[in-house]
Amino acid sequence: MPIRGHVPQSDQPAGRRSVLNWLLGTWSAGVLGAIAFPVLRYLVPPDIPEAPTLSVKGGAASTLAPNSARIVPFGSTPALVIRTAAGDLKAFDGTCTHLACTVQYRADLEHIWCACHNGHYDLNGKNISGPPPRPLAEYDAHVQGDEIVLSRKA
Amino acid sequence: MRSWFTARLPLAELEAAIRHKTVPQHRHSIWYYLGGMTLFFFLVQVVTGILLLLYYRPSSAEAYDSVQFIMTRVPFGWLVRSIHSWSANLMVGAAFAHLFSVLFLKAYRRPREVVWISGVMLLFLSLGFGFTGYLLPWNEVAFFATRVGTDIAGAVPYAGDTIVRLLRGGPDVTGATLTRFYGVHVAVLPAITTALLGLHLLLVQYHGMSVPPSVEERAKRENRPVPTMPFVPHFALRDLFGWTVALALLAGLSAFLPWELGHKADPFASAPAGIAPEWYFLWTFQALKYMPAHVLGIDGELIAIGAMSLGAMALVLLPFIDRNTARSRTIVTWAAIAAIAFMTTMTVLALTGGH
Repeated sequence: MPIRGHVPQSDQPAGRRSVLNWLLGTWSAGVLGAIAFPVLRYLVPPDIPEAPTLSVKGGAASTLAPNSARIVPFGSTPALVIRTAAGDLKAFDGTCTHLACTVQYRADLEHIWCACHNGHYDLNGKNISGPPPRPLAEYDAHVQGDEIVLSRKA
Repeated sequence: MRSWFTARLPLAELEAAIRHKTVPQHRHSIWYYLGGMTLFFFLVQVVTGILLLLYYRPSSAEAYDSVQFIMTRVPFGWLVRSIHSWSANLMVGAAFAHLFSVLFLKAYRRPREVVWISGVMLLFLSLGFGFTGYLLPWNEVAFFATRVGTDIAGAVPYAGDTIVRLLRGGPDVTGATLTRFYGVHVAVLPAITTALLGLHLLLVQYHGMSVPPSVEERAKRENRPVPTMPFVPHFALRDLFGWTVALALLAGLSAFLPWELGHKADPFASAPAGIAPEWYFLWTFQALKYMPAHVLGIDGELIAIGAMSLGAMALVLLPFIDRNTARSRTIVTWAAIAAIAFMTTMTVLALTGGH
């Protein structure tokens, strides 16, 4: 932009100035980009692949009374192991499908409940009331000796 | 001595500016004190936050124990931590009151749009301080609140997963999340807040206090200027009185209702019954409970995020939405009343355990 009262003597200086402005702009964008790119990449944590957990021990079967449940770690996530009132063993991924709270077994309701936003699941893991959008993933649960063993469903 | 300084610093100009500064005096003047009160609580946060930094250890293994150490072993540690927690809540409360008073008095009108926008940004930053600070003691409630709060971002289309990873420092809430929140809480947010607060205060000085339209119109009708009072000492002393009341309230709450620590977070425990976030997030929490899983085939969480983002955007852009006619001012007033009614109802329902 020409300064008021200043008349360029020819096109040459204005052209030269626009080239300089272009160089300055490109250089600034380059420097900012070179700083911003690594910073943005740095902020997103690296993927650390975990060996997929296929099966875990779920504690002694004899200590899990009917109409009760316990939480056991399944890899890095919680799993809910339930002994139903009828005596059957059931196991589910313990992470609520709504907003990732950890669910619990409600003996009074005889089904699964999430305390965070009042979500309910039946004993097949199906979402039956409240905000959860999907059922809980079910694990296979069987007993070896006195040990409950949970494994991913094939 | 004095002349040495006056030759080097603009003291004379500063003195003159302070001497000439006046504040409009009318029946709504009382609302002018809320901004200063928010600032007071912010200053308390800075001081107590620095004190807590001396003993706090930001790792999932040590965080809870270090806060327990502060509260049980460090002399007056319980008080410093209690003041920090109470003052945080009072600051958010004062900021909300300040926002709504400014809104009802239409102080965001030209030429104060930037003051309003910086103020709304400061409120968002306070909520960010609240959200990140809540996790730092690494207790059960904070753990699940953070899991829920960060999981909501996962509903954003396409970028959801990346945002969640960015917030948590990994796919789950772990020690990495704690370290990240700590950095944001003690470095990133304070730096941005300080800069924005500087701009906000500078602009308030530059424009002076806004006079509400009703007072302005009345003065014009009666053909007389709006009465004013000198900033020093009249307004400053009243401000000081307000700060003293705030300090008394803060000290009373912190000493007689010391902030609890709760149980240490256990990633392999169920979310406890009765879990709830801080009171200023209660209304969103309750609304999320009512949100069905799907509405017309759209994910419920996505609708919640969309509604919240639209609300936040409307709040920021309010000076441009209000055309500054009597009619549009009335609409803004009623929209604000409806928003307050909605937030209050949801909060009351959450407090009374309504499902």
